[in-house]
Amino acid sequence: MKPRLAILLGSVAAVLTALVAASPRVVAADKVDPAADAKAFQNFFFQKFPKLKPEEFVNGPYSMDEGLKRQWQEKEEFPPYEFALDAGKEMFATPFKNGKTYADCFANGGIGIRQNYPYFDTREGKVITLELAVNRCREANGEAPYSYVKDEMASLTAYMAFTSRGKPFDIKIPDDPRALEAFENGKRYFYTRRGQMNFSCASCHVQSPGERIRAEILAPALGILNAMPIYRSEWSGMGTTSRRFVTCNSQTRAVPLEPQSDEYRDVEYFLSYVSNGLPISGPGARP
Amino acid sequence: MSKTTGKPFQLALVLLSIAATPAFAATEADYKAAYAAAEAASKEAVALRHQWTTTVSTLSAAKKAADSGDFDRATAAAKEAEALAKASIYQATSEKEAWKAMEIR
Repeated sequence: MKPRLAILLGSVAAVLTALVAASPRVVAADKVDPAADAKAFQNFFFQKFPKLKPEEFVNGPYSMDEGLKRQWQEKEEFPPYEFALDAGKEMFATPFKNGKTYADCFANGGIGIRQNYPYFDTREGKVITLELAVNRCREANGEAPYSYVKDEMASLTAYMAFTSRGKPFDIKIPDDPRALEAFENGKRYFYTRRGQMNFSCASCHVQSPGERIRAEILAPALGILNAMPIYRSEWSGMGTTSRRFVTCNSQTRAVPLEPQSDEYRDVEYFLSYVSNGLPISGPGARP
Repeated sequence: MSKTTGKPFQLALVLLSIAATPAFAATEADYKAAYAAAEAASKEAVALRHQWTTTVSTLSAAKKAADSGDFDRATAAAKEAEALAKASIYQATSEKEAWKAMEIR
């Protein structure tokens, strides 16, 4: 009995020692560290595409294919988003029925601020995107909200992005556990497989940027939101980040979530934060 | 042919005749039971925020077939929708941890 007892006690002690030794590493691996995540994320793409300058990633598929890039550069002489940009500029300057304008709702009169969105609102405990802020501004001034996916919203945010071109994404994550949770939720959404095709966002935009999926060349996830909103030839029109998320979900045969749902806001927060330092290039044009 | 070598052949004939026998036609009650099971699984997938578009369209096809009185097709579609919904629930459950394998670290 005694040797058996000794073996049993020895085994228990060994298991406990192993658990104690392993537990700090488990905690460290699960700790939310957005700065480390962003560094790893950017390094992954810089190493995968060593010939590209960091700021070139914001040009999406055009940074991945020389022929496509040349077509886009020619197209930029008469960009397809120009009508939306003009309309957005006019809408931005037109007062609401109460006489106020969008400039009254935003810092710096709404000019050159795109790079700060989305931000985490510590009072509300949620991520606030530019589209959400635009509609809240409208509603606060007695106006009906716009559709979150296209038309007026895309035009207005196209103008706001245009006034911010070249400014590096500067997304902040405040020292608030809810902000860290939003970042982590966004990250989880980004990497989670969904839909009958069993694809995550990362399946296309991390594992396969530069590869073709049917006729399209996949854009890298790094800098993918810097060009929003976009004129997409496939849509024959403009679309917001919400529209892009909805169509990505549909393409994987997943039922899309509601535009500006918590999940979409959080994934926008994550994707924008990991692209910090890369310039705003919106509005963009995509095939 | 000996008696022993003939037995597998006879068995194959019996199996073939069973396979060739038409299945019993599905009734409205069969359809309703299959649809209820599919709908329950579908609602669970929605609650998990992991619904598939194909579950929705197959459920809709089942309903359409039932409305036209084709309970064979309606029951088969409802069963397919249930299988799709259950696959999406499995995906949602397994991805709770599996997503980490794809993460850039």
